[in-house]
This record gives sequence, C-alpha cells and structure tokens, in this order.
Amino acid sequence: MTTLAQIMRRREAGIALMIILFCLAVGAYKPQFLTLDSLRIILLLTPLIMIGAMGQMLVIVARHVDLSMGSMMALAAMASGMMFRYAPEVWWPLGFLLSIGVGMALGLINGLLVTAFRLPAIIVTLGTLNLYRGLTFIMSDAKQIDRQYVPSALKAMSQTSPILGIPWIIFMSFGVALLTCWFVMHTRIGRQIYALGSNPVAAPLRGIDVTRVTLIVFAISGALSGLAGIMYASRWGFVNPSNTGNGFEFQVIAAVVIGGVSINGGVGTVLGTVLGVILLGCVAAALPLLGIPGTTQNAIYGSVILVALMIDRLVRLQGQKRALTGARV
Amino acid sequence: MSTDTSAPPRIAVPRDAAPPRPAWHVLLVRPETMTLTLLVIGIFAGSLLSEFFLDINYILKSFTISAEFAIVALVLTMVIIAGEIDLSPAANMALSACLFAWAQDAGLGMPLAIAIGLGAGLLMGLFNGLMVIALQLPSIIVTIGTLILYRGLAQVIAGDKSIRVPEWYIGVDKIMVAGIPLPVVIFIGLSLVLGLVLGMTIFGRQIYLIGTNEEAAKHAGIRTRRIKMTLFLMMGLASAFAGLMTASRLGSVRYDLGLGGELQMVLMAMLGGTYIFGGRGTILGTFLAAWLLVIVSTGMIVANVLPAWQLCVLGVLLIVSIIATNFIYSRTQR
Amino acid sequence: MMADQPTPMLSARGISKQFAGVEVLSDVDLDLMPGEIHALLGENGAGKSTFAKIIAGVHRPTRGTLALNGAAVEVTNPIVAQRLGITLIHQEPISFPDLTVAENLVLGRQDGAPLSRVPWGRMEQDARRLMHLLGVEIDVTRTMRGLSIADQQMVEIARALASDSRLIIMDEPTAPLTPKEVATLFTIARRLRDEGRTIIFISHRLEEVRALCDRVTIFRDGAKVATDTIANLTDADIIRLMIGRPLKEYMHKVGTVIGDVALKVDGLGRAGLFRDISFTVRKGEIVGLGGLVGAGRTDVARALFGVAPADTGRIEVNGREVRIADPTEAIALGLAFVPEDRAQAGIFRSLSVEHNISAAVPGRIASRGIIRRALEKALAVQSVAKLSIRLATLRQPIGELSGGNQQKAILARWLLTDPQVLILDEPTRGIDIGVKAEFYDMIGQLAADGRAILLISSELPELLALCDRVLVMAEGRLTAELPRGVATQETIMQAAVPRSAPREAAA
Repeated sequence: MTTLAQIMRRREAGIALMIILFCLAVGAYKPQFLTLDSLRIILLLTPLIMIGAMGQMLVIVARHVDLSMGSMMALAAMASGMMFRYAPEVWWPLGFLLSIGVGMALGLINGLLVTAFRLPAIIVTLGTLNLYRGLTFIMSDAKQIDRQYVPSALKAMSQTSPILGIPWIIFMSFGVALLTCWFVMHTRIGRQIYALGSNPVAAPLRGIDVTRVTLIVFAISGALSGLAGIMYASRWGFVNPSNTGNGFEFQVIAAVVIGGVSINGGVGTVLGTVLGVILLGCVAAALPLLGIPGTTQNAIYGSVILVALMIDRLVRLQGQKRALTGARV
Repeated sequence: MSTDTSAPPRIAVPRDAAPPRPAWHVLLVRPETMTLTLLVIGIFAGSLLSEFFLDINYILKSFTISAEFAIVALVLTMVIIAGEIDLSPAANMALSACLFAWAQDAGLGMPLAIAIGLGAGLLMGLFNGLMVIALQLPSIIVTIGTLILYRGLAQVIAGDKSIRVPEWYIGVDKIMVAGIPLPVVIFIGLSLVLGLVLGMTIFGRQIYLIGTNEEAAKHAGIRTRRIKMTLFLMMGLASAFAGLMTASRLGSVRYDLGLGGELQMVLMAMLGGTYIFGGRGTILGTFLAAWLLVIVSTGMIVANVLPAWQLCVLGVLLIVSIIATNFIYSRTQR
Repeated sequence: MMADQPTPMLSARGISKQFAGVEVLSDVDLDLMPGEIHALLGENGAGKSTFAKIIAGVHRPTRGTLALNGAAVEVTNPIVAQRLGITLIHQEPISFPDLTVAENLVLGRQDGAPLSRVPWGRMEQDARRLMHLLGVEIDVTRTMRGLSIADQQMVEIARALASDSRLIIMDEPTAPLTPKEVATLFTIARRLRDEGRTIIFISHRLEEVRALCDRVTIFRDGAKVATDTIANLTDADIIRLMIGRPLKEYMHKVGTVIGDVALKVDGLGRAGLFRDISFTVRKGEIVGLGGLVGAGRTDVARALFGVAPADTGRIEVNGREVRIADPTEAIALGLAFVPEDRAQAGIFRSLSVEHNISAAVPGRIASRGIIRRALEKALAVQSVAKLSIRLATLRQPIGELSGGNQQKAILARWLLTDPQVLILDEPTRGIDIGVKAEFYDMIGQLAADGRAILLISSELPELLALCDRVLVMAEGRLTAELPRGVATQETIMQAAVPRSAPREAAA
C-alpha cells in the first residue's frame, strides 16, 4: 500500500515533470525559451510570489486562507515608500524592517479577528483586503511613490548579482523558502501548524495552543507579504497604491494549490510550493514568447486553481476508497 | 404529567422546555433591527450633512449605481442561508456582459446576444454548482477559483479595450417607472418576489432546513442537492442579468466591470443579518442593508470623503456586521 | 476482600456524573491495583465508558473523588491525565493523520520553546525502541494516514509507554481487530501488567475478558453492581449481573391483528458494514433489532431508508420489489425513520418546533408550493396534543425543549407522513423514565393501527416488552431470530456477544 508521503512525493515529482514537459514543449516551438537568459526571466518573475506562497502555505496548512495578502503587501510597501520619500536620510535597509513590521501587524489583526470572534478567515480577510487597500490610498494620498524616491541600492538588488548573474532578490526568495522549510520541519511550532490543520478537534486535547498557532500563522503571512512589498519596490522601482499587490493573493493561492497543499489542511510541503511557483513562472514567461496576450494570465490562474482542487479531491476520494475496502467485515 | 390533550399545554415544567422569550425580545432582538436602526441613523446623520438626503429622488438616483449588486445580493442571501457561498458573481457579471457585448458587436443581433449573456451566466452557475455538489468541494474555495477564472476569461474576450453597446441599449437607469428608476423598481420587485419565495414557499422553507442541518434535511426527504443546484443556477442567472444591466448603465463593457463587487454583495447580506454559517437570515434584512449601504456611500460622497475611505469603511463594516450578527444570534439561541 | 492488598493504584470514591440533568453514573467506588488487568463490563449505556472517561479527564465528575497511589488528584483534562500517567486509548484512536508515527508519539509531551528544534533523530530512535519493545513492525517515519486501526492502537499504546503511563485504559480495543491482532494486543497487555502497570479493559466479549483479565467490575444502569476475580464468576453469572434489573412493568401493546408482510428484506449487504441480512416485518407487528453498538443495526436502517443504500440484496415493500436510492423515495413508499443521533440527523436546532414537525410533509402544508400557515399550525397543534409534547410555544426553537420532547416532535414529524413502515433507532435513548413509558404506549398504539415497526434498541427490557419478534445482529450479520416466547435477556445477549471466531472468513 502506498503511503501518503509516497503520494506526496509522487505529486512533487509530477509537478517537476510538468515543468520539464512544459518547457520542452515551448522550447520545441521557440528554442530561445531553453536558454539561460530565459531562465533568468522566469526566475525574475517568481520571487514575490515565492515569498507570498510560503506564508499562504502555512495559512492553508492550518485550515485557513488569507485573501488580504496583496493589500498587506501594498500597505507595507507604501509605508517604506513614504519613508524613502519623506525621510530620505534614513538608512535604506530599515525599509525592510518597516515593511516586515507593518505586514506582521496587519497579519496579526487578521489573526486576532479570526481567533477572538471565531470568524471564518475567508470573510475576515475579504474585509481586510479592502480595508488595507483603502488605508494604502489614504496614507499615500492616492499618489505613487516614483522611481526617484526609491533608493538605488534597493533597486540594485533586483539587478546586481553576487554570483552567476542571478540577482539578490532571487537568492532572498530562495532563502525564505529554505527558512520556511526549516521552520515547518524542525521547530515545534512548525509541526504544531501541521497538527492543527490535520486534526483541529484533537489539537487542543494534545496540548496545542490553537490561538497561539493561528496568530503566528497569520502574523507570518503578513510579515512575508510585507517582505514581498519591499521587494516589489526593489523589482519595479515604484509603489503604486492601486497596482501594487493587486491580485497578488490569487497568484499566490494558485501557486500553493498547484504545489499540492491541501485545502483540507495538514498537507503541504515547501518543495511542492516552490515547484508550483516555478511552474507558474514558466507559464508567465512563455506566454509573450508564444504570442499569447498577457490578458490570458488570470484565466490561466483560475483554471489552474480549479484543476488543482479537482486533483486534490480525487486523491482524497481514492484514499477514502482504500480505507473503506480495508475496513472490517 | 399533563392530562390536557385538547390543546397544547401553554405552561411547561422547566425541565421540559425553556420558558419562551418575551414577544418584544423575539420581535426586536434580531439583526434586522440593527440594520433598520443604522438605516434611520444614517438618514438622520445624512440629512444633517446635506439637504440632498431629504430629496428622495437623489437617493433613488444614487441607488441605481448599487442596484445591480443589490439584486445579486438578494439571491446570495438565499445561497448563504442554505449554508453555501458564492464569491464569483461579480466576475460572472463581467464575463456575461463581455460575451453579450462581443456577440452583438459581432453582429449576432440583440435578442441572441442577450440570450448568450444570460445563458453564459447560467452555465457559470451550473459549473459552480457541479464543483460544489458533484465533487463536494467547499463552495468558498471553488468560487474563489471561478472568480479568478471568469474574470480572466472576460479579460481574454475583451482584452484591455472597452466594447461599446448600441446607443438605444444605453441608459436603463434613466428609464423611470412612476418616477422611480427602473433598476430600483426591479430591485424592489425582486425583493418582494424572493421575500415571498423564501418566507412562504416550500422551496424557501427547505432552504432554511438545509442551512440549519443538512444531514437532518436529507433524512427528512429533502432533495438537498437539487435545491442547492437551483440556487447556484439562480445565482448565475441573476449575476448575468445584473451584468447586462450594468452594461446598459455604463454604455460600454470592460473586463473590470463590477470589479470587487463580491465584497459589496457579501456585505449587504451580512449587514442584513444573514448568518455566515447558514440557516438564518431574511430578504428583508438584505433589502434594508442595500439601502443602508447606499446611504453610507452617498453620505461619504456628499461629505467629500475620499473613495479610499469608502473601501476602508466597507471592509470594517463587513467584519463588524458579522461580529454583531453572530453576537445577536448567540443571544437568541440557548 | 482486599484488606491485605497494597495501596491501590487508583481509587475512585462516589463518582457520579450527570449529563443535562440525567444521572448516567452514580456513586461508583472502585479500587484498581498495580499490576492487574481489570475488565469493565456492562450493557451499552451502563456507565462503564463514562467512568473510564472520567478517569482519563475527558469528563469531569459531578461528584466524587479520585486518588492516585493514595494521593487525591483532580483530573481536569486529558493533558493533566497524561501528566499523571493515565492514558485512554479510544476504539478509534485520535491521531494526526498527516504527521509521522514518531511525531504522533511525542506530540503534546514536548516541552520547550516554540522555536526549539524538533529532535527528529532522537525522536525516531525512541519511537523505534518503543515499537521494538511492543514487538510490532511499524515504520515510524511514515504518516499515520493509512495505518490500520490495529497499528494506530499500537501507536497509542506506545504513546502511553513513552510517557510512562501507569494506568492504561483500553475502550473496546478489540472490536475492530482481527484475531491475530487481538492476540498481539493481549501479549502486549500481559507484558505491561507484568511490569506493574494497571490496565482497564472495556469489552463486550466475555471470552476475551476471561482470557485476559484478572478482575472484573460489572456496571448496570450507571451503578457498579459487582467487582470480583474473574475466576469466581461463570459466564451465566456475568450476563445475569449485567442485565439483572427487575423487568419493569411496561404497558404492552394491545392485542393487534398481525397482517400481511409490509417489509421484506432479502440478502441485504453493504461493503464493510453488514451482509446477508434477510427478514420480514408484517403489518401490526413490532420487530426488534437487538445487538451491541457497532453491530451494524443502524447501518441496516440507513440502507433501508436510502441514506446510505445497500450494494446487494432486495427490498420489498407491500409485496412489491423497490429500489430506494434516497430518503425521498423511501418516504414516498411509506417508510419513516427516526434516527439514533437526534442532534445530528434529527432536529433543526434553531428552527421552531412547528417547522420541525412539518419538515417531512411539504405536500400537506402547502398547495402548489405555497405554505399555508394556518394548515401548518393546525397540524402542529394536533401533533403536540396527540403526543403530549410539552413546550412553551410552537414558535420556540426545538433546541429549547428537553430531549424527550424533541424526540416526540421528531416522531410527530414522521406520523404526519402516515408511514406504513416505521423504523425507530434507539427511540428512547437519553429520555427520562416517565417519558419512556409514554413512548412505549405510543409505539404499541402505532402497531395496533396496523403499521409495521422495526425497533432498534440496546435496552433488552424494551425489546422484550414491546416486540413480537427480536432479531439480533452481531458483527454485521443476523445471528438470531427469536419469537416472543423464546426471547429472553439471556438468549438475546448470547446472540449479541460476538464470538470473535472466524473473522477472516468475513473479511
């Protein structure tokens, strides 16, 4: 009998295979897709989603969902943008701290609303999605933070490279993934997130502080959204109250569910999520090359989420069938 | 032991049943009261702000902008009472409207174009329903997926351009019926119809039963799947209809038609006291909440509040209204 | 009797428990010695499981005290119990299916900062050592999901050992196991006893109790009736002690004319739940369906009513073969089903009594889909009067009524459908004695009206007083059909207690 771990392993292998087949198919048609340069393009499309996906993965593993990521990202980026604009003398790396701090505070608000009032996370974050976006407009007076205000050292992180021509932000995003991997695999609290999502009824019986774990998960989701926000400023060189982070949560959810994180909680790996992000990146990079307009992107994200949901459901049904035939009598 | 067999005994031993709540409590301690109170306060505060608020025509005119969402919110109320949710209607509106505009732009003729728009809406509802009922996936996640998909497909069809609709089709909001704009009339009419359906028919009753306890509803012989599918189809049709109305009001169709509308629709239902976990809520509540929202947003416009503040207010209202509704229900249920 | 014994491992004094005002356990005194396997026996609902759960901190006692090794303790929740060295192993073990076996072993026992490292290496080593100690081959690095129930129980036992529990409670552990797995379990249980641990073993299977246990305590109606060394008791003694309450004088049904066959079931089966079920119920007849919890009785009822239809077999209603795919069809055929779990499948808690009563008869309260309030109210008023449902007003939520009155409302719902075949699954569970008697009158009256009644009950006196025939199920099969004259508490129990013999043949 196959264990779930094996299925998951197969699932990750499946995503990897899909990435390879997809790249080969596109490459057969447009050979320039298989060059190092296009790898760089793919990688440059992914770091923000990668960071967001790590946070969303934790939230979904704990059987919640966070729809407010894009708005937290915008508000956090705007906070740093305003600092750069009105206090240019401040040492620029403080922008990272500020964005992460703001994001974490916003995430904590989500978590508090979910735990204190026992509200469904999806409705709470649908509310804060709009609330945080509105606050971004108010704070910025609906004005964009233009290129000249964003410190060039920050922008340089998306261009200059320590090694192999791969920019800093890509290393950072993989760093976050590794850190998340360590967090979920090797810390007590990380394992408690999986325990909570796996069996929320039993979790308190085994001494898991459900409130604390839930708060932490939302706080991390916020903090990572904040980090994605400051990296947005680095990557694009501006912060716009309306565009920054718009629809970000959907890309992130798409990446996470493709990566095999189950909406029923308890299941999901960093590797799978990373592969999900890369697959999305490949698709996004291939579209212009194939002459498919960028307007199809959302439709693709949407169908990808739905197909991933169906696969998840089918995998579960199979498991149930196996459990039933193995039952007594 | 009671020997009274001719009529139900009115007085019960404490152990047999909790004493009844006093009539005023039943009548007044309910979310709709909160909505109505807020509505009255809103109108009062608004009239202090500007004399516009005492002009019924101004209010009605303002309502035409929200009428499309409000119409869908009525059906959404029934979906939520049945224990499901649909976050895709605003995207459905955009895709239906885009298909409609594209069809008539391609010269298919207006009746056919309208049929295509409404048919597409029904199909989208069907797809949502199949994912939820046949595959037994949670509606909340499914409709997030379809929200992205439908909006994305609208973008594929319309691109970044806006498609114009014929001149004569424009301006449903300018048509007056007895001095009331047509969209408002439709909203009021639909409120009446759905209010009666929910309150007085077997279909409506079974929606409450399913939302309260789906397992017990199945055991009582209620065809829960059929009713839920009907609701998703109604949802699709209402969204498409609202999409076509929006197209007429705006005079052109873009893929971002009704963007973010799901928030307003969910908000109207929640603010009207629909219980997020199903089984409770009324059309009356949503009806009042729709007016309340219009008063609030009009008030903010009159008061020259930045549009951004409106986003904040909507977001906060959503969360506060669920907390308040849950609180009221927890007080009335022992 | 035990004056010369050492200090008890655990001593319970005057343990009582009330649920919603109903006393389910009263004044239980019990001493458990170190190094003994102690069986708790009793019918369903006799209180043995409640007692075990109180020891394990799942429930708090209403009155009474517990002492561990002579020192008074308060077991406020399962975590405290764990710390005190008490572990309850559920029949369906609690687990975190997505975590590994090794993690499941340590979860909840770890102290330390949230960010402190999970010592995978040591954890897995410990887990392997425990598994080795138990002599079972489970890969500790795999996830719990997909592990057989037997293996999950082993993990629970290993958990108990890992926290060095001195008292291990096993609640019907053998029910889902194969004989081979049972043998392994017993070997391990004996080894644990020899190490000086105390094991509480809850089971229905007498021969298992005899094979494994040193002493036995018998519960009946929420009270302890006997504690003795197993060797001092014969099977007949035990059964008599379990059921030995004086038969209450229930009003039995008035003499009814038994008519044609209303329901005929032939070779009904559903994979994993029950098989080969054949019986008939005639008009005016009350047929009992006895057996232990988990014997498959409820599953048969659910299959008949189309909630979870059978995969094999035939059903005939009034001589006509029918296919019942869902409850709607069952109702159309004149079937009605009062389910066992009222809260889950019966009542609409927050809705009014009136709406609850009318839920299954849309056609009678509405014409062309529009509800006629006056008609609905009249029906509800009639039902309330007929079944003397005690309530404050018809408009109050059904959740505000007592259990007995809720159950009457559900019965009223089904009587409105004018059913020809009425399936009642534990209709008097959790209901006060006085109301029970009313139910018995009603059931008798319903049969006298010419309805066929299938009564599922775990209460033997209830079956004996009401039924014309009693069918008995054990482990998914019919094991006996006892006519009125032959059915006694002993014969029913004999057929109901699983013989745990050829289980593999059934698998």
